[in-house]
Amino acid sequence: MSHYPLNPSVFDDEVKLEPIRAGFGRGLKAAGESNEAVVALCADLTESTQMHLFKEAFPTRFVEIGVAEQNLVTVASGMARAGKIPFTSSYAAFSPGRNWEQIKTTAALNNQPVKIVGSHAGVSVGPDGATHQMLEDIALMRAIPNMVVIAPGDSVEAEKATKAIAENGKPSYVRLAREKTPIFSTDESPFEIGKAYVLREGKDVTLLGTGTMTYQLLVAAQLLAEQGLEAEVVHVPTIKPLDEDTILASVKKTGRVVSAEEAQVIGGFGGAIAELLSEKLPTPLRRVGIYDRFGESGAPTELLEYFGLTGSKIAESVQAFIATTAQYHQW
Amino acid sequence: MGGLTIQQLEQKANDIRKSIITMLEEAGSGHSAGPLGLADIFAALYFDILNIRPDEPEWPERDVFFLSNGHTVPVQYAAMAEAGFFDKDELLTLRKFGSRLQGHPEREKLPGIESTSGPLGSGLSQAAGYAYALQHIDNVKHRFVYVVMGDGELNEGNIWEAAMFAGKYKLSQLIAFVDRNNIQIDGNTEDVMPLEDLRGKWESFGWHVLEVDGHNIESIVDAASMGRAISNRPTVIIAHTIPGKGVDFMEYDYKWHGTPPNSEQAKEALQKLRTLDGKIVHEGAGI
Repeated sequence: MSHYPLNPSVFDDEVKLEPIRAGFGRGLKAAGESNEAVVALCADLTESTQMHLFKEAFPTRFVEIGVAEQNLVTVASGMARAGKIPFTSSYAAFSPGRNWEQIKTTAALNNQPVKIVGSHAGVSVGPDGATHQMLEDIALMRAIPNMVVIAPGDSVEAEKATKAIAENGKPSYVRLAREKTPIFSTDESPFEIGKAYVLREGKDVTLLGTGTMTYQLLVAAQLLAEQGLEAEVVHVPTIKPLDEDTILASVKKTGRVVSAEEAQVIGGFGGAIAELLSEKLPTPLRRVGIYDRFGESGAPTELLEYFGLTGSKIAESVQAFIATTAQYHQW
Repeated sequence: MGGLTIQQLEQKANDIRKSIITMLEEAGSGHSAGPLGLADIFAALYFDILNIRPDEPEWPERDVFFLSNGHTVPVQYAAMAEAGFFDKDELLTLRKFGSRLQGHPEREKLPGIESTSGPLGSGLSQAAGYAYALQHIDNVKHRFVYVVMGDGELNEGNIWEAAMFAGKYKLSQLIAFVDRNNIQIDGNTEDVMPLEDLRGKWESFGWHVLEVDGHNIESIVDAASMGRAISNRPTVIIAHTIPGKGVDFMEYDYKWHGTPPNSEQAKEALQKLRTLDGKIVHEGAGI
């Protein structure tokens, strides 16, 4: 395993927190500095989505679209035809929530490098409630051919992911969370589109995390270790294309899999893992995520707890799963 | 392009109509009325208005054309073949497996198609995005962006989002055509979902509005030229057309919206087009 440098204070109570979207804001500005074809379009949420950093640096390359998500992505597609690399941002509930067909036809089928940045994804949006808690975006976006789908794990990685999609030449979706999220990676940690990373080695179970859930899996693995269970934690920021080799190599070793996401497991990251395992390496799988229901209002931590998405809740699920599941591929 | 007389442009439109009938009959599916009604506009676009090079579709200095109502693409394919983008024989592959001429246009399949379209309502905003990039980012003033929309398609909210956007940013290098043929799949536009006052709608969104007879090529060409001269607003040309124009039994009948002619009907239609409905005694050559 190649070494993945973790933030040394990741397990401290004082671990540095930052909204993942802040990394996007910095990454977009940096992408704008290194490539003048990068332009940014926003649907009346410039500061919320952290596009204001780009807007201040490059006012003539920032376009205010207003509250019109269909126009957001189709104007971007036209700009891409004119040689631009357009980044569009809104809340994930609205883009890709409202404009999926335009994304499919004018960005993906048209194969234009339109970037869709969906902020405020997941239940951790909190008090705004179910209408604003986007849980179906992973399923929506990964079903589209040509589309790259990324859910960065923290703000440091979001910055790298943003710079990477500025140069990948493809339609791409990046899922961001609103709340402050613990930073587990470092500036030196690798990020490459399509790569998964083993953050912690273990032999009893593979924990696959995407987006905000990877930190929670690291916490869960610590708790499981206290119970004598060695969990391998694999961070999967790119949901599509999936790093099958890294995932399957870990699963072959552990024989049990738990996936975790702050999204619907139906068609989501858990769905992607279920598809991979059932076709390439059938293995018992437990999907942690939202099970076919909508979110609701509440404090972010309260909701994560309620939906079983905290480190301690996940550790309980994993323990129960291990207790009732044979370890495959060990014979 | 350019350099053709009005009479020659009219002949091009007639040739485009013949190609439409022939390719639709061969395809066995597709839309008849819209493409026939648009033939004069496409003759004007591809042989006069657009500054393009058929042998160099990605020519960086070109004008850009977006077709928003992708189901009318037979008229675009026919005009492109007529203009020399590809051989006319290829028109007979329309809608067939392996063809570059997909049922609805796809950018990556056929050079010269600027964007993939079909689902209605998205062409105007793409054209507006292109025009915005030229006008407000790259400061390129000599290139123009054209788009053709259907009238039924104006039911889509995306169109009015784009109309508002183009008005706000005064996209004077954007020139839109509305094919005002008054029909859509379920019937007359004013019965399905009324569009009038259509001129007033566009004007209130900050557009310069021109209305033309969509079968009078001289006025189509003049309107586009006027649109290019307007420097502080986008221009929309409401082109009043007759659906199915040129084939009398298809004209005005919304049932021909999504239907191709069978071989008998195609023969009759071509006969009418070759003789300009009996006005010419000796038939010209077909495709």
